Amino acid sequence: MMDFLFEQRNTIVAFLIIGLIIALALSVIKGRQIMATERTDLVFGNPAKALGGWYWIITGMSFVLLIWFYFSWDAARAYHPTSANELCQVAKVERAIKPMRSQFPIDKQNLRGTDLIARDSAQLERINNSLKSFALQPAEELEAKAILASLSSALVDQANPAYLKQSLTTEFAAIAERINSVNASFSDPAFPGPPTSAQKAAAEAQPDWGDTGKEIPVEPATPLGYRYAAIAAEIRLIVKDFAKLRNTGPHLLAQVADINLRIKAAKASAKANLNLSDAELESREKLYSQLNKMLKRIDNGSIYPPNSLNDVQVALMAFDKSHIEQQGSLRTFDTWMMPGGRIIAGNSACSEQGSGRWLPKPSDTLGTLVRISDPDIGFKDTPLLWYRWQPVGGMLAFLLPDWLVDLVPGEYPRHTENGTINSNFKSNVKDFVTGNYESFSIPVPMGHMWDSIIRVVIGLFFGIVLGVPLGLYMGLSRFAKGFFDPMIELYRPVPPLAWAPLILTIFGIQDDGKIFLLFMVAFAIMVISARTGATGTQLSKIHAAHSLGASNRQILRRVIFPNSLPEILTGIRISIGVCWGTLVAAEMLAGTTGIGFVENVARKQSDYEVIWVTIIILGVLGLMFDLIMRSVIKRTIPWRGKG
Amino acid sequence: MSDLVSDNLNMQFTTPSGLVVHALKDVSFNLKKGELLSVLGPSGCGKTTLLNIIAGFLNPTGGEVKLGDTEIRGPGVDRGMVFQQGALFEWLTVAQNVDFGLRMKGADPVETAKKVDEWLEIVGLAGFGDTPTYQLSGGMQQRIALARCLINDPDLILMDEPLGALDALTREKMQSLVLKIWKETGKTIMIITHSVEEALMLGERLFVMAPRPGRLHKEYRLPFAEMGLTQDPRDIKKTQHFSEIREEILSMIWDMEEEIMGGGTL
Repeated sequence: MMDFLFEQRNTIVAFLIIGLIIALALSVIKGRQIMATERTDLVFGNPAKALGGWYWIITGMSFVLLIWFYFSWDAARAYHPTSANELCQVAKVERAIKPMRSQFPIDKQNLRGTDLIARDSAQLERINNSLKSFALQPAEELEAKAILASLSSALVDQANPAYLKQSLTTEFAAIAERINSVNASFSDPAFPGPPTSAQKAAAEAQPDWGDTGKEIPVEPATPLGYRYAAIAAEIRLIVKDFAKLRNTGPHLLAQVADINLRIKAAKASAKANLNLSDAELESREKLYSQLNKMLKRIDNGSIYPPNSLNDVQVALMAFDKSHIEQQGSLRTFDTWMMPGGRIIAGNSACSEQGSGRWLPKPSDTLGTLVRISDPDIGFKDTPLLWYRWQPVGGMLAFLLPDWLVDLVPGEYPRHTENGTINSNFKSNVKDFVTGNYESFSIPVPMGHMWDSIIRVVIGLFFGIVLGVPLGLYMGLSRFAKGFFDPMIELYRPVPPLAWAPLILTIFGIQDDGKIFLLFMVAFAIMVISARTGATGTQLSKIHAAHSLGASNRQILRRVIFPNSLPEILTGIRISIGVCWGTLVAAEMLAGTTGIGFVENVARKQSDYEVIWVTIIILGVLGLMFDLIMRSVIKRTIPWRGKG
Repeated sequence: MSDLVSDNLNMQFTTPSGLVVHALKDVSFNLKKGELLSVLGPSGCGKTTLLNIIAGFLNPTGGEVKLGDTEIRGPGVDRGMVFQQGALFEWLTVAQNVDFGLRMKGADPVETAKKVDEWLEIVGLAGFGDTPTYQLSGGMQQRIALARCLINDPDLILMDEPLGALDALTREKMQSLVLKIWKETGKTIMIITHSVEEALMLGERLFVMAPRPGRLHKEYRLPFAEMGLTQDPRDIKKTQHFSEIREEILSMIWDMEEEIMGGGTL
């Protein structure tokens, strides 16, 4: 069943989206009709106008879901499942041509040679201006200036067409010609011919888009894909050949050799000068290494005369144009159905970037939820919510303290001479208290969700059981209020998370630390709300109870406690919310189970889908707690606000 | 003999700033068993303080109050109270409110249930036993308060402006109910009120109290409560005797109020 749904998820999503659009449209129409009937209400700010309106609820929900489907590219995948694969091939072409494009003023402002001349001239100028700081002797300074002048002319001469390396003219023409021929094959219906059987097999062997995590199938599988993949391969070769070209003509080589010799000579003469101190020698070393560095840059030969590459640039721009044209409707689809990012190619894989990446697709999120809900898979060897069989004896032993055995008179049995051990009453009690006996098992819930829930419940339970009596006492006694208030106000204003590192360090990463932290949170809130409730008891009610013959104890239990119930229950509701938030953060800090732990592990693995699944689970559980409390409040204190 | 005897009752409060307020000064009276007393006076004359002392919520600074032979020290079941807002326990049903006193005493539940039914019948709320009190109107709530107090069978019933928050029509009906209960049970009843007409209608005896210091100003003995048992209260209010006394007391209180306001004219 699940497998079928998984295979058909694109169809399901496609129908769902159409359904949502229809629901959105119908509810907007309905809402506008109702608005039209209310035109007669001329009052601005009439609160009754904000009541009801299920159609706007449908509008809002459909809107959010559609936004989710759209920006996570789930809509794109549902209506065009192969688009990602095709765009991956397009991205391969873009990736292949990028090193060549970056030489020309296509994406940038300047030609690469222009940039290099500007950069290197400026650097030479800087060295020239700083010559004084090296404290050279007059003869040395003259020579250094002469070397700088030669470097400068070697740099500038590369731009001179007269010194262009002769073979380059034909080589540039050949590169331009090759690009043009690839360009022509774009529109050639016979290119690149039918896919080979190896290609077909590779295409069929790979999983579909999103079948395994966020992977996009990388092998081409459609005619458009085959064409772009083949072109990408051609372009890679051309770019490789282009990168090998260097403007290293005989003129430049001679200049470079000459400068090299002069730097070496200057260096040697400085070393031979025995009058120079170590520091002076060192500063000269520095200067000559700077000059050497400049020489290496110029030696590279990557500057060409200004118009020598014109043919290549024209060919590239023509290629760009057909590259975009040939994508046709795929490009429109990419623009409109994959908002907030695009597909880029890496060395061995293609990936989604932008919202397609960090906003998981609703269908995948649901799939992940279903997958980790399976108790056999779970997350980190623990299911989300499941049960296990546990012997009653062990659970009873957990509740019974071990020292009970010490109260039993007598001694533990000793082994006999033939090596057997006979149990006696004392050892039987010990076995009972430690749960060391056969007992029937009952199913007990377990898993990440259960662990989170039970921590909150236990922390809250102790917070209520201890906080409410103290709060009532503080509401009735000036001593208690004065005495306990400073203690509570000392820790309550500190954000619970600020306590977490301390408490988790003291108690360790097991449950008790987190439960204690939650207890602290709940305790303060319960004390304050119970105190407010007790203080708010009308004196006349207490008077009435007195004159009806109630004792102090009875007044506390029968009048003050029920009268404080609204505040206490509101306190519990607030406590649950705050505890839930604190718990998740505490589980992120330390622990081996719990929803917060799951989310933290998913964060470390950049697993967006699991992160979103935990966010959804946390939201739903939080909402569930609140709904339970709301209905408890409605049932227990129906008189609230009507007294 | 369970008369209520007040002997030179004095009550002084000290404010935090050290000011001494004389709330009651030398209040002495004797209320016989079965009498119906209403207490009237401008605000701040110590009516409620007097009631709280008799109920046992306050300890007087001088003098003593006795109910029968015992001096009043602390609240007790022998004195039942009815408050202005009813002071019902809204988390309980009507029946649970009415039998509150008996339950606290640990009385037999079967008998208690019988008594509750009887009293609900008397105050005209038969069949409302399981209704939550917050769903009832102000007049109905006051009847429950009355039943809750009477079921304990107190010697003295103290009412602190019991009908103050009710509308005029309900108020008249409740006045008749109070008279009916007074007649049928023969209880001693002390009612504090703001309304002169109510004080006249519900007072066999009537104390007018004066402020600063709070004291008994004038006492009346009136026939209207007795008449109210048999005649239409509207007819009683139309009699000349009734309106004469009403005007007299009204001008008395008016003068007192003017004194408090510093003789200002309106």
